[in-house]
Parts: sequence; C-alpha cells; structure tokens
Amino acid sequence: MSRKAFVRLEAVAAPLRRLNVDTDAIIPGTQLLKVAKGGFGEGLFYNWRHREDGSEDPDFVLNKPQFREAEILLAGHNFACGSSREVAAWALRDYGFRCVIAPSFGNIFYSNALKNGLLPVILPEDEVDAICDEVEARQGRGKLVVDLPAQTVASPSGKRLRFRVPDIYRQAMIDALDPISATLRFREDIIAFQNRDRKMRPWAYFGPRTIGGDDFEVKAG
Amino acid sequence: MNAPRNMLDKIWDDHIVRDFGDNTCLVHVDRAFLHELAAIAFSSLKEAGRPILSPELTFATVDHLLDTYRGRGDATLIPNGADFIRQLRAGARETGVGFFDIDDPEQGIVHVMAPEQGIALPGTIFVCCDSHTSTIGGVGAMAWGIGTTDIEHAMATGCLVQTKPLSMRVRFEGRRPSGVTAKDMILALIGQISADGGNGYAIEYAGEAVEALSIEERLTICNMSIELSARAGFVAPDERTFAFLKEKPYAPKGAQWDAAVDYWRTLSSDTDARFDREVVIDCARLSPQVTWGTSPEHVIGVEDAIPDPSLAPTSREQESRRRAINYMGVSPGQKIAGLSLDAVFIGSCTNSRLNDLREAASILRGRKVAPGLMAICSPGSGETKRRAEAEGIDRIFTEAGFQWREPGCSLCMSGGAGGEAFPEHARVLSSTNRNFENRQGRNVRSHLGSPAMVAASAVAGRITDPRSLA
Ligand code: SF4
Repeated sequence: MSRKAFVRLEAVAAPLRRLNVDTDAIIPGTQLLKVAKGGFGEGLFYNWRHREDGSEDPDFVLNKPQFREAEILLAGHNFACGSSREVAAWALRDYGFRCVIAPSFGNIFYSNALKNGLLPVILPEDEVDAICDEVEARQGRGKLVVDLPAQTVASPSGKRLRFRVPDIYRQAMIDALDPISATLRFREDIIAFQNRDRKMRPWAYFGPRTIGGDDFEVKAG
Repeated sequence: MNAPRNMLDKIWDDHIVRDFGDNTCLVHVDRAFLHELAAIAFSSLKEAGRPILSPELTFATVDHLLDTYRGRGDATLIPNGADFIRQLRAGARETGVGFFDIDDPEQGIVHVMAPEQGIALPGTIFVCCDSHTSTIGGVGAMAWGIGTTDIEHAMATGCLVQTKPLSMRVRFEGRRPSGVTAKDMILALIGQISADGGNGYAIEYAGEAVEALSIEERLTICNMSIELSARAGFVAPDERTFAFLKEKPYAPKGAQWDAAVDYWRTLSSDTDARFDREVVIDCARLSPQVTWGTSPEHVIGVEDAIPDPSLAPTSREQESRRRAINYMGVSPGQKIAGLSLDAVFIGSCTNSRLNDLREAASILRGRKVAPGLMAICSPGSGETKRRAEAEGIDRIFTEAGFQWREPGCSLCMSGGAGGEAFPEHARVLSSTNRNFENRQGRNVRSHLGSPAMVAASAVAGRITDPRSLA
C-alpha cells in the first residue's frame, strides 16, 4: 500500500450533515469482499450514493457536481462509529478524500485513518457547522486549506481554526512513515520490557519461548 | 505508587514500553486475535518479510464469513468468502499461530470463545481486529478493537502506539428488578448518555448490580461499550472472575495461577481513585429495553411509546431521528410493544452464551413461534452449543420452530454469515448490538432487545414484554 505524506491540502470540502455515520454506511458489508487493501472507492457510501435500482441518487451530496472533486469531507459527530473495518478508511481514501473534519470520530476509525494518509481533524461542532454553512453558501466554490504542521484549517472566507493531533502521529503523517518500521526503532525497549514483564507477570505468557529465540532471557539485537 | 489509581491507570502503567508524550505511549499487547476479515495481515507481513514477534500470543478463528449451516465448509455465498478463510488458515499454519478452524470443536465468535478458552485474562491488553473486542473486558482485561494496519503492527512488534483513553466509571446502583437483563442495563446506559457518550473513554462498570452479574452477563455489558463509542469497557476481576477462569484450557495453572490471582486482586480501582467522568444508573427503575431507531441510542422501555423527533435537543438530532423513524417505518407516539415482526434472531457476541440460550429457552419451553415468523438461533461457540445441547436446549428451540445453527456471527451482519441476510424490509427483533441501516440486510428494520425479549416476541409474533410470558 502506498503511503502518502500529508503536509498541506487545499481542496473542496463536501458537507455530509449526518450524525453517528457508522462504518456500515461508509462501506456496507456487501462491499467488503476483497482480500486487498485498495479498490474500495466504488463501495463508499454505496447505499446512499445509489438508489434501490442501482442508479446514482442525484440528491446525495457526493453526487452533486459541485462536490464531485471534494477531497475533504465535513461530517457530524461520532463519524465512522461502529465496526473496526479499516476498509472504511481505505474506501474514503480510494474515493479521493484526504481529510475528514468532524466534531468527534469513532476511536478505531481515527486510528485507522491516521495510518492511511487520511487526516482526521477534530473541530468543535459549531465550527464544523459554520464551515458547512459557508461551503454550501458558496456552492462548493472556494477551498479549505488544511495545514498539518501548523495544525490549522482555513475556511474559504479565510477564518483560521486550530486543531490538534498527538505529536507522534502528526510526525508520522508528515514523514509518511511506515508505522511498523517506526516502532521497530524501539526494538530494544520492547525486548527489555518483555524480559522484565515475564518476571512480573509470568502467567501472561505461555512458557519461556519468546522474541525470535528459544530461551527465557532474550538478547537484544 | 502514592497517588490513588483507577484500574485503567494500573493496567496502562504496567504495559508502557515507551512514553512519547501527549499521553501517547508504546504499550505492550499480551494477546492479539484475528478473524478471517483480517486474513490479509498474514500475507501483508509476509510480503514485507516481517516475522510475528510472539506467535504463541497470537490466535485466530473463523466466525465472520463462514456460514452457519450443518456440514459447512470454506465455500459460502459470499463472493471471495472462501479466499479469506483459506488465507487465514494458510497464514496461521505457516506462522504457528493458534487457529480454531471450522471443524475445531471450540470454533466460535472470537469474543465468545476467547474468554471460554481462558485466552482472555484479567489485567492483560487484548486486541482483535473487531470493534466488539471490548466484550473481553468482562473478565477484567483491557480489550479493544483495531484495524488491519494495527493488528499487523501488534503482530510484528508486540506493541501498539496508543493514546491513553480518558477514564469513566459507570455505577449501576441498586438491584435490578426481575426480568431486567444485562442487555437492558447497557441499552439503558446508551439511551442515557448517547451513542457518542463514551467517545474517548475506557469505561469501568461498577456498582452493586454489576458485582451481582455473572461473567457472561458482564461480557454482554462490556460488549456494547463500543455502541457508546468507548475505547474499551471492563469490570474489575473478582472471585466470580477467578472461578470462571480456573481450569480453562489456556488459563495459567498451578503456581502460575496463584501468582496470577495475586496480581489480579491488585487491579481494582483504589478507593479514592479519580475518574474523568462518573455516571450513575439507578437499576431499580429499569425495565426491559428495546430500540426503535437506527442507532443504539434510539432506545426506550418496552412499555413506552416512540418519541417525537421534534423534542430532540438539536436540529441535527431531530433530523437524525426523523430519518430513523422513516427508515424503521414507525411513527412518533406509537407504542413499541405490539409492532408486528417478520423475523427474530438470537446470536452474536452480545447474547449467544449459555445463559442467554437458557433464558430464551425458559420462555420457549412448550411454546411455538408465531406462524410465518422466521426464527434463527446461532450459539456463540462450539463449547456453548455442546453444553446447550447437553441440557436439551436445542430441542426446546427447534420444537418451538427455531432454526438451530452452527456457531458464528451468522445473521448479525449482512454481507457476512455465509452471505445470508433477512428479506428486504423485514422487521427483525435481534439479540445483537447494531440496529444500523441495512445491517442485517437491505432495508431491514432491526430492533435490539435481550434474548428473553426476542423469545417472548417470537412467540407473540410482535414486540412483547418478556415479563408477560416469564
Ligand atoms: S457477532 Fe456481530 S458484532 Fe459480534 S463480532 Fe460477529 S459480526 Fe461483529
């Protein structure tokens, strides 16, 4: 899977004014059926983008001409609650979104999004509402600017809003770090922890075998 | 050591491998569990040339995609379903990960079988690529669901980068009236603090009514922590927990067991520990709960009427409730009891354990489900199913007109469960945890209730207060 750095994004934002949008709505179970990490854009909001006969629903916000190029999604609170399906993040990204702005997110989704180059931005409800109003009033013309190093969002009228992402996650997104390689830099800490922990909580392990070796005391490196 | 700590603090502190600041740490993962929807984790790690750090701490089972008919195999109605199952099996075999395959007598829904096998233990950090991993908190573990990238991370490094959740304590005070189940307690909580009410928190469930619950019932409560958007939910381990886990296949034995129990006893929150939020629920006033809408927070007592959306506090909330009323085909002011049903389902990681099946069987005994009603029961695991059959529960169900299925997620989720779904627009009362739009089939209207309510309603053919048939 290609990891894309996220630094600054200037893009159209689509207002999806719904609360508690769950991951089943983002990508229905029936659209999950690939042992792959890409190609899920087609299934995004499948039951909302399409009418019962399978044709496009022109009233759904993402189907409106002014929002077709949107790379930022504006959503209501508790966005992407529900299942842990990482496909929800993949589908948003595959469809073309790089950022979702909402008052709150499902916790698992928040973590999944960060690891897939999809920036989740938390802003207070009234600020998200105000951006939605602005974007709707401008019919999609006028872009938002999301600046990750500065942790700011600028609305089309130029209003600057601040958000926060924990340092370690922010840096990983800016540098497009592979999370496993990033953690393996601390391999010695991990080994030291397990060696300590096996004495404190031996019952949490099954027998002496661990970290790539066959004896109790594991050597670093 | 000096400042009083709550249970979250204690478990967290004992798992910190490295502190990155911003409340974000590298924490050790004691158990990682996979099911077939995460099969790609194996191939992805292999491609990257990354071994699993501790295969003996990693487990896998099949539950989401396989069907629940007798004599089932890898093939399901789901296009590509067999690919997931085969990839998972191949990955588990190649890496030596403990695998509960289709024909394993202990196979089942991961959140049901992991505690039954003693793989889930108090004070451990337990992760699985499934949101309802919070269930495992019922035995006193810190357990949460993660995505595929994170499960690969946990497998390769034995750790996860995590921001410490905020702490919430929910105290269920007083005694619950008879006929009120653990499911009703958790549904009532969701109704009270909303589906977003636990966002960012790990919830400790406490209070007299929680202490009185069996471990199975605690698992039900913790299961739906995710319907509060909480990161995790747990109950402090006590004598009941120890009795439940003792002699389980993967639980520690002998001196290890004694050491474990000594440690587990230190886990409960200190008397004057602080929490970021406290909630109290008065159990004495609870009645059996049932959902009317498309979010678990759309919940009322079974004797109540569907609320008027215009009474919701915000305009967005009003809009969301109108949408739910419209989707569900109900009207404001209408009594929920008496709504006519097309189908019922007893199963899922919320309510498919032996106590659930017993509860439903006590109502179904000697009765029949309403004519024309589709009624399905899928026990949560091989062990649960065997034990239920040994008690004759399967006969009570089948004589009443229920289908008695093999263990798995079954009709909890359309697109899973061998590709089954309820018929379009069907109204279903279900012992599951999610009443989302299209969750159990296209345009299917799902109501959530306890197994007792499902059983009583199956007999009546309409939503029914289980106390009227008890
Ligand atoms: S039973 Fe339902 S909620 Fe539980 S793990 Fe399976 S699909 Fe998810």
